[in-house]
Amino acid sequence: MFNKFSRNVLLTPFLIWAGLFIFVPLIFIVWYGVTDNDGNFSTANLAMIFQRGFWDALVLSVELALVSTVICLLLAYPLCLILTERQRDNTTIISLLFILPLWMNSLLSTMAWQTILEGNGIINQLLRLVNLPTLQMINTPGAIVLGMVYNFLPYMVLPLFISLSKIDRSILEAAQDLGANAWQKFFRVILPLTLPGAVSGITMVFIPALTTFVISALLGGGKLLLIGNIIEQEFTFQYDWHLGCALSVILMIFIVLNMLLTMAFDPIKEEGDAA
Amino acid sequence: MFGKLKKILRRTKSTANLGSKTFNGANFNASFFVAEFHTARNLLDANFFSTMSQIFFVKGCWEMKRELIHLENVAKSFGSLRVLDEIDLTIYESEFITLLGPSGCGKTTMLRIIGGFEQPDTGRVLFDGKDITRLPPNRRPVNTVFQKYSLFSHMNVEENISFGPKIAGKSADYIRDKVKYALKLVNLDGYEKHDVTKLSGGQQQRIAIARAVVNEPKVLLLDEPLSALDLKLRRAMRRELVRINKETGITFIFVTHDQEEALSMSDRVVVMNQGYIQQVGTPENVYNEPENAFVADFIGDSNIIDGVMIRDRVVKIFGREYPCVDEGFPADCPVDVQIRPEDIKLAPPQEDGFNGVVTRVVFWGMSYDINVEADGFEWLVQSTTGRTVGERVSLRVAPENIQIMSKPQSEDEEVAQDV
Amino acid sequence: MKYLKQVYLATIFLFLYAPIGVLIAQSFNASRYRGHWTGVTLDWYTKLFEDDRIMNALSNTLTIGISSAAIATVLGLITCVAMKELSRKWRATFMSVTNVPILNADIVTGISLMLLFMGLGLRLGYASILLAHIVFNVPYVILCIMPQLMALDKSFYEAALDLGASPFKAFWSVVLPELRPSIFAGFLLAFTMSADDFIITHFTKGAGVDTLTTAIYAELKIGIHPEMYALSTLVFVFVLIFVLLFAINRRKLKHAEDVF
Repeated sequence: MFNKFSRNVLLTPFLIWAGLFIFVPLIFIVWYGVTDNDGNFSTANLAMIFQRGFWDALVLSVELALVSTVICLLLAYPLCLILTERQRDNTTIISLLFILPLWMNSLLSTMAWQTILEGNGIINQLLRLVNLPTLQMINTPGAIVLGMVYNFLPYMVLPLFISLSKIDRSILEAAQDLGANAWQKFFRVILPLTLPGAVSGITMVFIPALTTFVISALLGGGKLLLIGNIIEQEFTFQYDWHLGCALSVILMIFIVLNMLLTMAFDPIKEEGDAA
Repeated sequence: MFGKLKKILRRTKSTANLGSKTFNGANFNASFFVAEFHTARNLLDANFFSTMSQIFFVKGCWEMKRELIHLENVAKSFGSLRVLDEIDLTIYESEFITLLGPSGCGKTTMLRIIGGFEQPDTGRVLFDGKDITRLPPNRRPVNTVFQKYSLFSHMNVEENISFGPKIAGKSADYIRDKVKYALKLVNLDGYEKHDVTKLSGGQQQRIAIARAVVNEPKVLLLDEPLSALDLKLRRAMRRELVRINKETGITFIFVTHDQEEALSMSDRVVVMNQGYIQQVGTPENVYNEPENAFVADFIGDSNIIDGVMIRDRVVKIFGREYPCVDEGFPADCPVDVQIRPEDIKLAPPQEDGFNGVVTRVVFWGMSYDINVEADGFEWLVQSTTGRTVGERVSLRVAPENIQIMSKPQSEDEEVAQDV
Repeated sequence: MKYLKQVYLATIFLFLYAPIGVLIAQSFNASRYRGHWTGVTLDWYTKLFEDDRIMNALSNTLTIGISSAAIATVLGLITCVAMKELSRKWRATFMSVTNVPILNADIVTGISLMLLFMGLGLRLGYASILLAHIVFNVPYVILCIMPQLMALDKSFYEAALDLGASPFKAFWSVVLPELRPSIFAGFLLAFTMSADDFIITHFTKGAGVDTLTTAIYAELKIGIHPEMYALSTLVFVFVLIFVLLFAINRRKLKHAEDVF
């Protein structure tokens, strides 16, 4: 469309964006992470992750993030299958209704879960009304997982929905035609074909769940600390940026692993490139 | 009455010829018998009917094929749209039958009902005498070749073809042999490890056929499988499909809107429009003896004119009486008259002839399409010799080439012919 | 089976909307404290507009959202057009770079940008939030526009050139209108991301400047002002109406297509 010179001119803003605002800041984090307050190279802050409190928080974060990701995956597959199988007029509206909660401020809706789950909350009041024993739900790992699933389920649903709706109906009919029952159809055809979407969904859920500090602060009652809470505190209360950055570098290891996983499945295909 | 019989006999001769040309002549005659049975029933009185049926029964009996699928009064609607109505059809073992009609005529829905992908609102589907109307697709002895091939993109050729046998729990040795056989059948030996997404359209089509045939179905359903291929490939695949049908003995139910495809491949053609079966018969039968104006118009080119049957073997067109060979219509009965463009001969104008003026000439390579205006009607004539625009000519048609069809009677048929 | 499916849909639906229902109920609660129901009132809806702090945060959210989305859209569009001309290999590399901030954790992006701004000597405040939002919005815009641009037939543009248009004119009058849906989608997505972002804003904002999300976070410990519930309810209803209108419109279009 253009000559090389104007193409390169047009690419400049992107290169500045990628260089100055994406890579240089990441180098800043790594730099802070491997130096001490005097600016000398030190791995002491990185090693801090093995200290009891930090290590526990990391393990808890990984555990809860994994559990939430699996739950999201298990919830999203049937949901997307149901939504894509009915080719009716109202499908668009129903699908939109499932995305709509995304526009509600996530801080406030997580807060609302507090109102629902807490000792004197809606569920316990209902239990009391029918003379059942009340439950301790708030400030438990379960509450945090619920908050994570609530907040990140749409990120699992969207890529799955897209990759499912890309499967031509006749492919599924072909599987059935060749003798596959509903389970065989799912495991031999649908699952392999939607794997890129599922992987992209897993990444989109796992990383924010691993690094959140808001959900744990609201539904964990400040007692259950995730690695995100600790990093946030290092910046806003302790003002130990070097430690905060060192812990972030640890998180980045997970993120890089995740990126590699996503790229291996390459869900972003260049459409229309072949034409 | 004898005219009709003569015509029928003429047809018998031609099917016999064709029978010797193809591998399965017996099939032609048997199907012909069934098709003629319908026409005959309408036209002949009871006495003659019994004689006729005796003649044809004796002839047809030893060649008669076993009934495989029977659709019984099937109807289907989508919302308020009625896509199939009053469908009664018998499909015989090993035949190549084509459902032909314009888009939206219900042919694909009919195929999907046989495949089990749709359920009819009323009526039954019988397979080998057993009711399979509610049986899901995975439990029917029927396989489908889809329009878009619908290969599994995450599997290679071998995995695609072995999908069905694997599900059925066949042994690895059996599957390997079967895949090999199926690939040989579609002329793609040695393609086992190829990536299906990298194959050409024609190759993908063959793999789709192999994937279906490998399950040894009794019936293969083909939903416009050639429509995505280019003309040359399409022609080659037509021959391939007929060969596979004869080689395997699997019944082929083929859906298309392309009349050339239908006529060149099928043992029998089912012409459909607006959810109704218009005519069932051999390719020659539906071409030469269309039962109504829709069939005449849809298959091949036709001149269709209003006429009145004066008496047996005399029809009145544009105020003049012409001899024809059809009989059995009531006196002064309004009819549709069909004359094929290739059956009209052009001659120099004559005093008392049927004269007209050439208005348009198009050269098609093998022949010319010539439009002639006569009596306020634009006649289409096909001829191997060209004419010039403005030339005065006379039109001649042999009596046996004037095809008389009854006008649609019921309201439904009226609708059916409204396209 | 059909019944089971409907129950499943309804359960997920309930799960997604339960907290939203609670929020909406709270916006009508006469009591200042959540969980205590003392009667119905519309007070919070009137007080909302008198609360300077909330109005300030709202206007910050809107202005930052609109301007960051607009700037990111322009940057993204320019980048897409240039990227189309790259070789396949380079384009794939560039797209991977584009994905980095999307796949990265917000907390890492937020901290890294904060460090950058401090390192550059930029005072944290309105400008730093805006800059940060532009940075994380660009990839979303590119992801929206790139597929449609790649699918676009080059002959459109070449036909315009053939008819005597200058390259710029041809782009402006032929390519751009074709891309309008994806540009609009990119802008809308970027605005949504900006308005909903908390973590990155939390790290890149200075004292005294708040967007709605940071204002809510500050209130979490002292108790949310019910005006916030009222505002969220209004926003939600607004979006709901917008979405329903869109869906109905689409349905009508689809219906018209079906009928021919």
